[in-house]
Formats: sequence, structure tokens, C-alpha cells
Amino acid sequence: MIETHHSQPATSRGTTLRTEEMIVNMGPQHPSTHGVLRLELVVDGEIVVDVIPHLGYLHRCFEKHAEQMSNYQQVVPYVDRMDYVSSMGNEFSYVVAAEKLLKIQVPERVEYIRVIMAELQRIASHQIAIGTYGIDIGAFTPFLLLFKDRERILDLFEEVCGARLLYNYFWIGGLSHDLPPGWVEKAKAFCEYLKPNIVELNGLLTYNKIFISRTANVGVLPKQVAINYACSGPMLRGSGVDWDLRRDDPYSVYHKIDWDVCVGRGEVGTVGDCWDRNIVRVHEMEQSLRIIEQALAQLPEGDVKAALPKRIMPVASEAYGRTEAPRGELGFYIISDGTGSPYRIKARGPSFVNLSVVTEISRGAMIADLVAILGSTDIVLGEVDR
Amino acid sequence: MDQFLQSIFGDSILTQLLLGVLPLVFVLVYALVTLYSEMKIAAHIQDRLAYMRTGWHGVLQPFADMLKLLQKEDIIPTAADKLLFILAPYVVFIGTYAAFAVLPFSSAYAGSSLDLGLFYIIAVSAVVVVGILMAGWASNNKWSLFGAIRSASQIISYEIPAALAVLAVVMITGTMNMNEITKFQAGGIQNWLIFGGPLPLGHKLFLLPVMIVLALIYYVCSMAEVNRTPFDIPEAESELVQGYNTEYTGMKFAIFYLAEYANLFVVSAIAVVLFFGGWSSPFGSFMSGPIWDLFWFTFKGMLLVFVNVWLRWTLPRLRVDQLMYVSWKVLVPFALVCVVLVGAIMVL
Repeated sequence: MIETHHSQPATSRGTTLRTEEMIVNMGPQHPSTHGVLRLELVVDGEIVVDVIPHLGYLHRCFEKHAEQMSNYQQVVPYVDRMDYVSSMGNEFSYVVAAEKLLKIQVPERVEYIRVIMAELQRIASHQIAIGTYGIDIGAFTPFLLLFKDRERILDLFEEVCGARLLYNYFWIGGLSHDLPPGWVEKAKAFCEYLKPNIVELNGLLTYNKIFISRTANVGVLPKQVAINYACSGPMLRGSGVDWDLRRDDPYSVYHKIDWDVCVGRGEVGTVGDCWDRNIVRVHEMEQSLRIIEQALAQLPEGDVKAALPKRIMPVASEAYGRTEAPRGELGFYIISDGTGSPYRIKARGPSFVNLSVVTEISRGAMIADLVAILGSTDIVLGEVDR
Repeated sequence: MDQFLQSIFGDSILTQLLLGVLPLVFVLVYALVTLYSEMKIAAHIQDRLAYMRTGWHGVLQPFADMLKLLQKEDIIPTAADKLLFILAPYVVFIGTYAAFAVLPFSSAYAGSSLDLGLFYIIAVSAVVVVGILMAGWASNNKWSLFGAIRSASQIISYEIPAALAVLAVVMITGTMNMNEITKFQAGGIQNWLIFGGPLPLGHKLFLLPVMIVLALIYYVCSMAEVNRTPFDIPEAESELVQGYNTEYTGMKFAIFYLAEYANLFVVSAIAVVLFFGGWSSPFGSFMSGPIWDLFWFTFKGMLLVFVNVWLRWTLPRLRVDQLMYVSWKVLVPFALVCVVLVGAIMVL
């Protein structure tokens, strides 16, 4: 319990007005910590002097659980629950790592479907990121408009695998189900539907004058700092670093598709400010649509379970597989001891790494800026704590 | 209205009481209507339906909300300053409700035809700040305190340009009596002060741009005074959880909300009186009369409330320093220039 101070004001004791820093707890129950993150703020009035993040409120022992599984396939549903707004992205990364360990090649059709799903998931994830960022800045309407569009993506996912949030769709060596009939047309229709809505979003939020004044030149993350802190994803690209695993460490069939990597250019402020991180997400949604449209056009026929091993029994070895998840580099380091269950799985979550830089860039900002900075890092606590 | 009530009840205390209670009835009905329509307007802006199940298109939802708030447990934090904590919502509401005393709802009804009406209204609405500060301090919650302090600094900053805008109008009309200001603008839409008032054409042409700027300044300030987006900094839910009323529950919380909505109407009504002809009909003598006056006053007020709601659900929120910037470096200089211009035009 906080003690109430009914003491005399400092002036009446004959001294000048004494000011001191105040420690405020932001979270674990706070609307803009995007989950159960607790930030210990040292504030001087409205100015943030220091930020100390406290983690672990959502720790679910993912890595230990994974060791207890009787086979590699059973880890996939656990992986889903890490970054729960981009489950397809998590699964993608895990199966890439597991297939690297098993040294198996999956059919072309599987790769294409995976890319389509991962990019749809990226759009859905960025929609949440931009929408909640709008809420952080005080605009509620874009959030609901984006959720309306995201709902259509979830409908597409539901049709494919029956689940709307946690899919268990990517299996090692294949997929749980093939695309249902008519799905490709629906996905194409969705791409056409979304394009004008991104333009509308830009008018409503991205280029709104108040939004720009709240985010431009705020929380500037210089290129070098971003690299030093191992930031990845839109956080890194927002700082002007041209780095995307889909292009720079190609996996799946991304190399067969024509698309661009989006980087922050400091259009309305400094390179690496909150606005840049947000605009990178907006542009990535457009690029994802490009990828999906091409992948749908190139989608080959075939079986989606061809390479699915009957019993996954890798030789004693280790492998690191990484993909570009919506929030950045998501990697899984798997060590096998030759038995059916993994000896050790280590996850490298982008949210966790990106969060570590928040302290660095929010010193000296105002409380409202801190909210803007935290929102622009787009962390998901399910992945920070795992 | 006074005469009508006096003819029924005589010159008794009952007459005065009824006159005083009338705006309260209005506030309650208005709050329910606004609560419902705000949700519906927001829903249409956001491409959804809002309440659809409680009654026809959810019209009973505000009543359901009220019932829910009545049943809620009334929590007073252990570490709170109990007296101030309990008093705060009432102080806020009294500050708001006191303003209704001088609002001229119709040519036949104004709680009090005070000669210092405008001055009084600016003075009593400052009481709201005291209540908010009390709430923020008494809650013994750091976020609440932040909200209260922000609120105080915000309202103090924005009362200055608002008062300057009011001053300009007073310079033209030569009175602070809200009824007189309304009567000054009678005779149709062309006589409204936003269009330069019933002055000779030469004066009107010069006054027109100045008055539009002043109306905008007043309206922006009024949004800040009622803590609505883009100036909802005192209760910025993404930063301060819920600001000064974070710790409040049940009816105390409801009273804060009621006060906020009532205040929204007060500032809109002031804008209507100052710039949009008050209760006078836009068509001159057509559609005028005590009942029509009431209609026009409420209609114009609600129209401004609608604009406020519309902006709230469209715009993001400013930051504290940006808010101060808008007030001191944009609105105050513009308002000062406008006041000087109005003075010059009136002298010429």
C-alpha cells in the first residue's frame, strides 16, 4: 500500500520548493503496454528519466515444454502460442529449422502455400500493430477499421485449417490440410479488397497531421544503435538498414517472387523515428499483397503431405532456422540427441530483442512519447516471455 | 416560463425550485440521448453497428448502462483521502451544472437573466478544475495525479483564448447578458455574429473573417475545456489509464461522466449564443416563438456536440507540450489580433 503524505508543503518550512523524481509503475495492467509488461518509470514531471522493463508475467516455459514432447511435431502448437498474433510466422520458422535438422525438402506447392499464409499473417499482424499504435496515439477508429479487414484474413485461415488464431497448420515436411476448393479465388478477391483500404488508412492515420507531430522525430533509433542491439524487422528497417531475411538469407520460394524491401527514409522527420517504423509496416502490407498475388498465380499442383515423415527421428545434430516473422528475425535453434523428442530448443524472439532497445531510446522523452515508442516497437508479450 | 410557473404555484419557493430543476431534467435526458447517439455515430464512423439488442436498435442501452453503474460496488481506495474523494465528483458536477443557470434556452426561459452572464459562466466552469484536482489528489494514485495536473494546466491555458474570443463578442454586443446577446442577433441567419452580426454592410464584410477565426478559436478551446479528443490528455487512456477518474467506480464514476457530457453541452451552448444566434431562428420570424426557440437552441447545441463527437472519433491525441504550444503560441496571439481588429472595426 502506498502511504499518503499529508506533510506540509516544502515552502512553508522556509526552503525553496523541492522537486524530486517520482517512480511510477507502468503495467503489468496498463492499457498501452500491449500485454503484461511492467515498466518501472523514473519520471521528472512528464519527462521520463529512466525506464526499467520487468518481464516474466507471461512466462510459460515454452523451451522446457518443448523438451518434454514425445516428438518434434508436437512442438508446433506450442510455437503457435509464442507470438499469438502471428502464429503462421512462428510455425514457419519452426518448420524451417526442423526441416533443416532433418535435411528434407518439401514439395513446391507446400512452399508456396506457406509463403501465402505467412504473408497473409504478416498483413494481419501489421494490421494489429498499426491499429493498436493508433490507439496508443489516441485514435480509436483506425483500429476497428483494420480489425474489420483482419477479420477477412482470419476467415481465410479458418477455411484452410479450422482455427482463427492458433492454427497448427504448418507441419514438419508439409501442411495439415491442402487448400479447400475456391480458396485461391477468395484470396485473390481479398487482395483486391485490401488495396484501397490501405490508401484509406494512410489518409486517416499515417499522414494525419496530429499523428505525424506525435510520432515524427520521436524515439529516434539510430542505425548503429539498432544494429548493436540486434534489432530486426520493421524496427531495424525503420532505422534505414536494408536487411530482410526473406531476401538476404532466402528460404522457401521468396527468391522466385518479385518484391521490394521497405526501409525508413525519414520522410517526415528523422530516419529511425516512430513514424518511420510505422510506415515500414504500412508499406510491408502492400509488398505482402504483391507477394501473395504472385504466389497465388504461380501456385503449382501437387500433394501437401508428400515429404511428411512417418516418424521424425533426426540424427544427433543441431540446426538453426530463421525466418522473417512480422516482428523481425524469429529463429529456432534445435539440438537433437538422436531420439524422437528434441534435446533442446532455443527460440530467438524478435519482440524480446526489440524491447531491449526501448530503454535506450526513451530516456528524456515524455510519458506520451514513451507510449508512442513502445507502441512502435510492436512487442507481443507472448513472445517476449515465451 | 417563470410567469407560467408563477401562475400555477404562485410566488413560492416551489416556483424557484422547479425553475432550478428544469435544466437538470434537460441534462439527464440530454446525457442519455448523447450517450446513445455518440456510440451510434462512432459506430457509423467505424463501419459497425453498435448497440442492436437492447430495444429497437439498442435505444435502451443507456438505461441498461445506468442500471449497471447503479449496481456497481462503490469502492473507495484504502489510502485515499476519503472526504475529498467523495466530494470531488459533486464539485465537478456542480461547477458544470451552475453554468446552466444562465443559459438562455428560449426567449421564455433562462434560469437567470444575469447581466454578467458570460462572466459568470467562465468563472463557474473554472470550479470544475478544482473538482478534477481534488479527484486526482484524493485518489492517491500517481496516474490520477498526472491526469489532474494535466487537466489543470490545460484548462487554465485554454481559458485565456476562450475568454478573449468571448471578449470580442462582448465588444460588439456591448453586453454580457446572454439573452441580450441572443436578441442582438435576432432576425435571421445573416445577423448571426459569426457572419458579422446585424451591423452595416461595410462593418460586416470586415468582421466576417475575424468572427470566423474567433468562432474557431472558441470551439477549439471548448474542446480542450471538456477534455475531448484531440485534447483528452487528462484522461488519455493509453497513457494515464483513465486519468483523474481511474479509481472511481459506480455512481461516482457516472457523475464524472454526466458532468463531462453536461459540460460538452454547456460549451456548445455558449458557442451557439456567442456566434450562432442562440435561440433565434435562422429564418427570421419564421419558425420562431418560445417552443421553436427551445428547439433551435437545442438543435444548434446538439449540432456542435455532434461535430465534437465526430472529431473525437477521427483524430489522434496531442501531446502535453503540443497542447500548450497550440494554446499559447497559436490561439492566444490569433485571439489577441482578432480582439484588436474587432475593436478597430467597431470604432471606425
